Amino acid sequence: MTGATRAEYCVVACAEAWRGDGEVLASPMGLIPSLGARLARLTFAPELLLTDGEALLVRPDGTPEGWLPYRQHLDLVTGGRRHVMMGASQLDRFGNQNISCIGDRERPRRQLLGVRGAPVNTLNNPTSYWIPRHSRRVFVERVDVVCGVGYDRAAGARYHRIPRVVSDLGVFDFATPDRSMRLASLHPGVTLGQVREATGFELTVPDEVPASRAPTAEELRLIRQVLDPAGARVREVAA
Amino acid sequence: MRDKTTTAEQVATGLRSGMTLGIGGWGSRRKPMALVRAVLRSGITDLTVVSYGGPDVGMLAAAGRIRRLVTPFVTLDSIPLEPHYRAARERGALTLAEMDEAMFLWGLRAAAHRLPFLPVRAGLGSDVMRINPDLRTVTSPYEDGETFVAMPALRLDAALVHVNRADRSGNGQYLGPDPYFDDLFCAAADTAYVSCERIVDTAELTGQAPPQTLLIKRHTVTGVVEAPHGAHFTSCAPDYGRDESFQRTYATTPWPEFAARFLAGDDQAYRSAVGEGT
Repeated sequence: MTGATRAEYCVVACAEAWRGDGEVLASPMGLIPSLGARLARLTFAPELLLTDGEALLVRPDGTPEGWLPYRQHLDLVTGGRRHVMMGASQLDRFGNQNISCIGDRERPRRQLLGVRGAPVNTLNNPTSYWIPRHSRRVFVERVDVVCGVGYDRAAGARYHRIPRVVSDLGVFDFATPDRSMRLASLHPGVTLGQVREATGFELTVPDEVPASRAPTAEELRLIRQVLDPAGARVREVAA
Repeated sequence: MRDKTTTAEQVATGLRSGMTLGIGGWGSRRKPMALVRAVLRSGITDLTVVSYGGPDVGMLAAAGRIRRLVTPFVTLDSIPLEPHYRAARERGALTLAEMDEAMFLWGLRAAAHRLPFLPVRAGLGSDVMRINPDLRTVTSPYEDGETFVAMPALRLDAALVHVNRADRSGNGQYLGPDPYFDDLFCAAADTAYVSCERIVDTAELTGQAPPQTLLIKRHTVTGVVEAPHGAHFTSCAPDYGRDESFQRTYATTPWPEFAARFLAGDDQAYRSAVGEGT
């Protein structure tokens, strides 16, 4: 171990989402997933495609290598050669995700973004999630509006897959018989009790919970010197 | 060639309450804000608005002009949640027919192709089906037998879009990195109004820029409005970026105060108020 911060563990845990994906578009939403996607591209997943967040496909140094306006991006989603990591205002134990609104739909207590592309994403390409602050407000028994589709509502959806959920406390997946959420690894310094306390539903926990993978020295160099020299990552995940 | 040049005021005069109005751009990007302000100055209300929503939706919702909104999101991009839209929703001021981004695009495509629907692999399993109980599914007649959402055509009475350049007959050109969906909005509408930064001679459209920038075809356009800075305060690359400082003012000022300060007069008054206010 090399004195990596929690935020740096999170970057690596997000990067790992794209391991083995091959030549597909990595669509990260949020700073830590963006750092993760670019870290993966620079290390173990060199075939990944990345965008500039607008209409260009770019190499890690920013050189444009392709054009991807929103209309083509939506076509690419349905073609399936993409792995998106979205945020979630709420996420339940089967991976249903809400970014639309909280409370009554006719007159919400809190209007959020809207369903955006969550329905098309979850039915067409692998969709992972990033939760910067793991709490019972996010990890709920039942989401108020199903935007991203979870495993219990995905019967017959042939391309539906939620590879992982990364939070500031650990990594989660759905590798259980009923496809409910499972703790896959804990970030260092995080206890099982802490995760249970911050999760509003029954989580499957293996007998031996692995530790999240530590960043390598080269990964730390890339994060600190190349990808985020200004240290913006601590604003998303405090040390 | 017919000269289709008109003014924002005349465009608004041609619209009627109760219409289904499509608005181009995306979020806080290349929105036809000068045309939206003309709609605000007119008495038009009870609108069904179809938009990848930004401050266009925020302003019309705050002013109580929207009865029904068809959208996948409303955002100011650099400010994720649109505060005036949000307030309107939280007081139950409009009906929201929420669609996925791709369903919305397929709906515009269906309308542009004069199809009643297009099958789309999005929506099933999500609450989009609960929110829009009129949505139906369609099953593939081939051996895969897969079930899809039959996304109905989003046919529009009128479309408002803003581009960088246009000629007098309605050929519209975008010069930034993304066309968004403005051509589809025009093709999906019975009448379509294009505002632009500058009206130029037809020959000038391809004088500097490649023909692929010619996004909008004149046969889909009813009227052309020259509106310099007509997307303000949204972005209109490469002519100008988003006016982030003014957008912050918009987002943090209570609506009645904002409307009184910036929208009470004509567009000349808006421009000078913006000049003073930023």
